Amino acid sequence: MGKVARVSGPVVIAEDLEGVRMYDVVRVGELGLVGEVIRIAGKNVTIQVYEDTSGIRPGEAVENVGKPLSVELGPGLLKSIYDGIQRPLDIIREKSGDFIRRGFSATPLNESAKWEFKTVAAKGDQVSEGQIIGEVQETSLITHKVMVPYGVSGKIESIKNGEFTVNDVVAVIKTASGTADVKLKQEWPVRVARRVMGKLPPTIPLITGQRVIDTFFPVAKGGTVAVPGPFGSGKTVVQHQLSKWADSDIVVYVGCGERGNEMTEILTTFPELLDPKSGKPLMERTVLIANTSNMPVAAREASIYTGITIAEYYRDMGYDVALMADSTSRWAEALREISGRLEEMPGEEGYPAYLGRRVSEFYERSGNAKVVSNEERYGSVTIVGAVSPPGGDVSEPVSQNTLRVTRVFWALDSSLASRRHFPSINWLNSYSLYQGELEKWFEDNVSKGWGAAYSEAMAILQKEAELQEVVQLVGYDALPEKEKAVLDIARMIREDFLQQSAFDEVDSYCSPAKQFGMLNAIMEMGRLQNDALERGATMEQLSSLPVREKISRMKETKEEDVEKFFSGLLEEIREQLKTAGAEMVGA
Amino acid sequence: MPGISYKSISQITGPLLFVEKVGNAAYNELVEISTPDGTTRTGQVLDTSKGLAVVQVFGPTSGMDIGKTRVKFSGSTARITVSDEMLGRIFNGLGEPSDGGPSLISKERVEIVGNAINPYSREEPSEFIETGISTIDGMNTLVRGQKLPIFSGSGLAHNMLAAQIARQAKVLGKGENFAVIFGAMGITSEEANFFINEFRNTGALSRAVLFLNLSSDPSMERIMLPKVALTTAEYLAYEREMHILVILSDMTNYCEALREISSAREEVPGRRGYPGYMYTDLSTIYERAGKIRGKNGSITQIPILTMPGDDITHPIPDLTGYITEGQTVLSRDLQRKGIYPGIDVLPSLSRLMNQGIGKGRTREDHRGTADQLYSAYANGKDLRSLSAIVGEEALGASDRLYLKFADEFESRFVKQGVYEDRSIETTLDLGWELLSILPQSEMKRVKKEFIDKYGKWRKE
Repeated sequence: MGKVARVSGPVVIAEDLEGVRMYDVVRVGELGLVGEVIRIAGKNVTIQVYEDTSGIRPGEAVENVGKPLSVELGPGLLKSIYDGIQRPLDIIREKSGDFIRRGFSATPLNESAKWEFKTVAAKGDQVSEGQIIGEVQETSLITHKVMVPYGVSGKIESIKNGEFTVNDVVAVIKTASGTADVKLKQEWPVRVARRVMGKLPPTIPLITGQRVIDTFFPVAKGGTVAVPGPFGSGKTVVQHQLSKWADSDIVVYVGCGERGNEMTEILTTFPELLDPKSGKPLMERTVLIANTSNMPVAAREASIYTGITIAEYYRDMGYDVALMADSTSRWAEALREISGRLEEMPGEEGYPAYLGRRVSEFYERSGNAKVVSNEERYGSVTIVGAVSPPGGDVSEPVSQNTLRVTRVFWALDSSLASRRHFPSINWLNSYSLYQGELEKWFEDNVSKGWGAAYSEAMAILQKEAELQEVVQLVGYDALPEKEKAVLDIARMIREDFLQQSAFDEVDSYCSPAKQFGMLNAIMEMGRLQNDALERGATMEQLSSLPVREKISRMKETKEEDVEKFFSGLLEEIREQLKTAGAEMVGA
Repeated sequence: MPGISYKSISQITGPLLFVEKVGNAAYNELVEISTPDGTTRTGQVLDTSKGLAVVQVFGPTSGMDIGKTRVKFSGSTARITVSDEMLGRIFNGLGEPSDGGPSLISKERVEIVGNAINPYSREEPSEFIETGISTIDGMNTLVRGQKLPIFSGSGLAHNMLAAQIARQAKVLGKGENFAVIFGAMGITSEEANFFINEFRNTGALSRAVLFLNLSSDPSMERIMLPKVALTTAEYLAYEREMHILVILSDMTNYCEALREISSAREEVPGRRGYPGYMYTDLSTIYERAGKIRGKNGSITQIPILTMPGDDITHPIPDLTGYITEGQTVLSRDLQRKGIYPGIDVLPSLSRLMNQGIGKGRTREDHRGTADQLYSAYANGKDLRSLSAIVGEEALGASDRLYLKFADEFESRFVKQGVYEDRSIETTLDLGWELLSILPQSEMKRVKKEFIDKYGKWRKE
């Protein structure tokens, strides 16, 4: 048992703490505040405390828990809401009221709930680490796979079906050195990545139902995305949309240093939203980690790791997991704050010199992986990290370190946001390095014309940007008709395709087939319009075609009508432009 | 040890006292300092180790010495007395009465550093607050439990606007217990008088609690003030079930005080000298807005800040915008044109708007109408700068209509009287009237049925 020697904000120095190791968890003071050892110097041990330290005095006891900061993994994670160090917020509310009392502890997984365990291995089977020996139906959407813990292999001595709590032994494995008990629950230190056999190149897109993302800047399952943007540019809405509609099996949402009401929004809307594939509530596949901005800063630092460890655990079962981290800047700021208290030599803008390493370590935990098991099993973790650069300027260290390691960049733009162009992803600055790799998937699974439509649309948007500069000088009327047509089609792409309302029931999710239908219709319009111009029509005449109205409302098409609607629309476009052209020629 | 006085100050630098041979002071413990000339001041423990406590003094250190000055440790962190009796009273930044009235008698002593609201306990804010101001109600709707700051600049009409909101704010169809808490940080006595008179003239003073820290008062009290004000607000909201509107003015002064004290503590500075923990610090203020499930009260915050040099990327508005649920931005250009309230709707935003509007709350067409107004005004403003270069003649016919729309939007929708209280119907109808300047085919953001129902185009 050690003693507090000094308190300065979230940093506490303790002495006489015997046998303490780096990153061990300790309990500080009479309240038993949770902390983590971050420096050992002789008899003095520096501790970062995950809770407010007001009222702690020198001389109070410090107890070593003797293990690093860990999370409990097992059935019951889904549908839960945790703080940054995996304390269940619903239980805390029940026991300590509406405000989070300090020093409160509760087990992350419900220890009294019984789970129906079904074996998939039998007594006498030879099993090795990572192998699935049983299953639990965790929610109506997800079957929880019970795996042999790491480092354990041998023959199953006993295993049985039945109802168990997370602490009950469901199987005993005879190993070379004795026996090992398998429970529904395992523990894992958050700062250590769970091992995989190897990582594979990502080949399948994460379908998000967001047009600008899937069509223009797609992300692969197992990929990494950076979403930097100034405040009010819609980072959080993008993250919410992805966690609602992305076609991953599991979503881990980490609210890291952000607003309390945003977490409430998820808690109230997700149970009502239905998964477009299965028709089950989205909450059934979601784990929430909420460490809001006013909750202790050190726990904010831990929240990202808690989230990624849970994501890796489900990946190991063979699931595709998407992790949303909103916002990694707050996590970096927590690092900076603690670094400052430790009086470390600051790097750029006061951030510690190891910021870049921490950021890349975190994103490296993503990936499309062959997981540890003698059975062939694959799973993926996709990381979408929001970044909140001060003043929206991405030249700052957190954005730059993130962009170095992520392969997709969705640049949110405040000037788009202020004209209510949402999602405000800037099509000229953003990029996806997966675009080429995933094009094949889209061409095989959606339409042959996918790649061509994409390239054509991007070229038009690029051209528009150049023409805009000319218009600034000479005015719109001075442009030749052909160029007016480019501006016209670009405007259609922007308004009728890229803009997508997250709050509209139909438009909130757009299937790849509908996305292609929409873009294809606009491109067809562009081509035929050009032909008509060749024949001598003018843009002024073409701008009054009735089919335009239909194009501007194609977002409202319901998913079940997609095929019929778009074949009809194409016909109408061809029809009207044909006659439009013919008339002109006749005249 | 609590209750014992020490004369063992070894060093005084800036606002910091180093007290030696102290028996284990608690972190953030409150202390009382008595100088030889008989004045007493309060302070707080910043750093504590065995036998040494670093104390931060609230207020000046003039008259303090080594040897005679006594430091008494209170044994507890900062607390204030709260009660219903606070309504109609004026206090200083530490929660002590400053209106000459009697001191508060109550058993309720609460810590001013509140614990964080459990995110699981929060209730999603969704009750529309009608402020009677078109640009807010129509386009950046305020809801109960929201924190919506006003980003202003020196010389703009933020105080008048805040007073108008406080005067007119109401929840439709409900007569509930409502009170205003006004926290003034580092504002001039003239500004303070404006608010006091405003509250007195409209009879709102009896439903208000005022906390005043004028520009001549100590910086440390300025830092305590919002915490004291919000602790009071929490008591009235969650214990007394009242709906509280908290107006904090001016957050820029608060942040300046934070920087001053941080530099006195010799901390590593962050951007522009503001401390690295300013985001966390501001969030412990702003995040105290909200609603709690199962409780009848609520706290809505309208912090006011003046952007230094009208720069929205300055750390103070920047960090604030990342925490608050939107912002209302005042524009110098509009004010120059004689438009009150000069709210520039384009950079303004209310993140909780969607929860508070629509059928059953305001009107079914609200979302679409607002979006359409936004995009039309944005387009009009773009064209305005374009026409300044190429001339209005070079614009197409429909572009000229957008120009007309932008002008009328500013002079009729944005502009309104200080005592003009527009209902939400008036606001939305006005919006439709302005939209009818444009061709009906441009209405891409609104549903067809709403155009037919609310549109003001002449039927052909």
